[in-house]
Amino acid sequence: MKKVWSAFRQFRLVGFILSAGILGMTVDPARAADPVKIGHIAALSGGSAQSGEAITRGLMVAIDEINANGGVLGGRKLELVQRDDESTPPKGLTAARELISREKVAIIFGGIDSPVALAMAPTLNKEKVPHMAVWAAGTGITRNGANPNYIFRVSAVDVLVDVKLLDYAAKKYGAKKVGLILVNNPWGESNDKGLAEAVKSMTGMEIIGSEKFENNDVDMVPQLTRLKDKGADVLILVGNAAPGAQVMKARERLSWKVPVVSHWGISGGRFPELTGPTAGDAHFVQTYSFFGKQSPVGEKVLAALKAKYPSIKGPGDIFAPIGTANAYDAMHLVALAIEQAGSTDGDAIRTALEDLKTPYQGLIKAYNKPFTATNHDALGPTDYIMVHYEGDNVVPVY
Amino acid sequence: MLAYAALITGIGLGSMYGLLALGFHVTYAVSNTVNFAQGSTMMLGAVLCFTLWVTFGWPLALAVPAALLLCAAWSVFVEIVAVRPFVRRRSESWLMSTVALGIVIDNLVLFTFGKEPRGMPAGYLTTTYLPVGGIKVQALQLLIPVIGLLLAFAIHLFFRGTRHGKALLAVVQNRDAAQLMGIRVQRVVTASFALSGFLTGVAGILVGPLFTISSTMGVLFGIKAFAVAILGGIGNAWGVVLAGLIYGIVEALITSLLGSTYTQIVSFTLVIAALVFRPNGLFGQSATRKV
Repeated sequence: MKKVWSAFRQFRLVGFILSAGILGMTVDPARAADPVKIGHIAALSGGSAQSGEAITRGLMVAIDEINANGGVLGGRKLELVQRDDESTPPKGLTAARELISREKVAIIFGGIDSPVALAMAPTLNKEKVPHMAVWAAGTGITRNGANPNYIFRVSAVDVLVDVKLLDYAAKKYGAKKVGLILVNNPWGESNDKGLAEAVKSMTGMEIIGSEKFENNDVDMVPQLTRLKDKGADVLILVGNAAPGAQVMKARERLSWKVPVVSHWGISGGRFPELTGPTAGDAHFVQTYSFFGKQSPVGEKVLAALKAKYPSIKGPGDIFAPIGTANAYDAMHLVALAIEQAGSTDGDAIRTALEDLKTPYQGLIKAYNKPFTATNHDALGPTDYIMVHYEGDNVVPVY
Repeated sequence: MLAYAALITGIGLGSMYGLLALGFHVTYAVSNTVNFAQGSTMMLGAVLCFTLWVTFGWPLALAVPAALLLCAAWSVFVEIVAVRPFVRRRSESWLMSTVALGIVIDNLVLFTFGKEPRGMPAGYLTTTYLPVGGIKVQALQLLIPVIGLLLAFAIHLFFRGTRHGKALLAVVQNRDAAQLMGIRVQRVVTASFALSGFLTGVAGILVGPLFTISSTMGVLFGIKAFAVAILGGIGNAWGVVLAGLIYGIVEALITSLLGSTYTQIVSFTLVIAALVFRPNGLFGQSATRKV
C-alpha cells in the first residue's frame, strides 16, 4: 500500500512539474507587462537619512527616464521597492532576505553604510542576486573573494581614494611630507593601511606621522603639533564632519596654513557650521558635483530633479550629490544589463554587467565596459573630483 | 613647542573636567551619593543653551540662565527618581539607576535634537584670540579655568563659612543628628543636587563653543570627570579642580609626547597607579568611619 502511495506521489509531483511548466508557458505573454522590481536597501531614517533620500532621487530620475522610453525587456516597467536598514547590518540583512524571497527583486541597490553592505554581501552571493553599491566605499564590499561575485559598485573605493588623495596632494601642493590625521576606528585603520600602500608608488613622498583622534576629542592641538613638529607639508584627513571640524579648529589655533586633503566623510554633516571660516580650506573627494559647467546629461538630470522635487531650485539644494549621481548612473547601467541579459535572472544580469556591450554616456563619465569579471568597481581615481565648501555649497576646485 | 602646546590645551580641558568633577563633589559631600549621569547633564546644558539661543532665537542673556535652571531642575528630578528611593531603603542601586537615567536622557535628546552634531555660532569669546607663544588662545579657553577656580572658591567659602553650608556638611556627618538639630535633611540633599546640576550645566555651556553639540558629547567627559573626582579626593572642592587640571595637562602631554594612540591607555593607567598610592585621592583625607 505504501509503495502504491509513494508511486502516486511521485506521479503527482511529475504531473505538477509538467503542468506548472505548461502553465508557465501559457502565462508568459501576460507576464511581459509585469514590472521589473528594483530593490533598494539604505538608511532612510536616522542621522544618515539624507543619504538614502539622495540615492532614491537618483534612482527615481533614472527609472522615470527608462520607463518613459518603454522600460526594459520589451515593455516591462521598472518599479522601485525600498527598505530602511536604519544603518544597522542585521536590519539590512533581514530586508535583503525579504526583498529576495517575497518581492523577487532583480537587483538590490545599497546605501551609505559599509558595514551593512559587508553584512549583506555573502547572502546576496549565495542567493545569486546582484547588488549595486552606490555609496559605501569599504574596499571589501566588491573585493570580497567570492567567485562568482554578484557585488558591483558605482562609487568611490577606499583604497583608490587613498591613491587619489596622495596624488592630489602632490600635484596641487607639491607635498612631500604627508601627515595623517585619522579617526580611531576600522575606517581610519583601513585608510591608514591604504595610504601606507599608496605612498609607495609616489616618488619623493613619505608619510611622516599618523595621528589618531576619537570622535569625541575636544582639542586636537596636541596631535597636530606633533605632525607640525615633524614638518608635515600636507594633512590627509579621514573622519566625519564633527571631528573633522575639530581638526580644522585646532589647525586654525596653531595658525598653521598647511593644506588639508580629506576623504569624503566631512561632507556628511554640517561641516561649514561646525568649522567656521576655515571650512573651505579642506579639499575633499567626490564623484560628482552639480556646480560648475554641466555636460548635456548633467543639464538633463538637473532639470529632471528640479521638476520632480520642487524644493530643488539649483545645485545648492541637492544635498548629498554623490548619492544622487552614483545612483543615477548605476541604474542606467543596470537597465542596460537587464536588456542585454534578456531576463531578470540574477546570474544573467551578473554576466551582462561583467561584459556590458552598450557604451553608456552617464553623468559622471562615459562608461565603456565599466565592469569585468575581476573588476567590479566602475569608478577609479581618475573619475574622482576634488571639491571644497564655499559657504554651504560643495564646489569643485580646479 | 610640544610641551607648551600641551600645557595650553591641558589647562583648558582640565578645568572643564574640574568643573564637572565639582558637580560630583557637591552631592557626595552632602549625601554620599553621586549622579553618574553627570556627562548627560553637561550635554543637556549645551543642548538646551543651543536650542533656546539658536533654534528659538532667545537672547543669549536669557538662554544661559534658563538652560542652567533647567539643568538644576533635571538634577533634582534625578535625585527624586533615581537616588532617593534607593537611599531610603539603604540600597546602593542609585549607582545603576543614575547611569540608566543618563542613557534615557541621551536617547531622548538624540530623538528630539537629532543625530547630527551642531556648532554654536561664533561669538566674541571664541573669535577673540590672544597669541600666547605660537598658539592662538581663544578668550573662552582662558575664561574656563578662571570660572572653574572661582566656583571652587565660592563652594569652599559656602561650605566652610555660611550657616547653610555648615548645615549641608552636618547632614553627611550624621543624618539623624542633623535632623534632630532641625536641619531639613531631604531639602538639603535636593539642594545639593540642584547645585550639582547647575555647575555641570555651566561646564556644558562653556565647552559647547569649543566642541560640537550632540547627544553623545558628554559620555567621555562624564567618565573622565569621575576619574578626576576620585583622583582629587571627592570630598575636597579644591582637590577635584586641581586634579582636573593635572589630569588635563597630563593627558595632553601624553598625546603630544607619545602620540594619540597611547592617550587613554596611559592616562587611565596613571589614575589607577595614583589611587594605589593614595587611595583617598591626591588631596583627599580618609574619612573616619564610625562603627
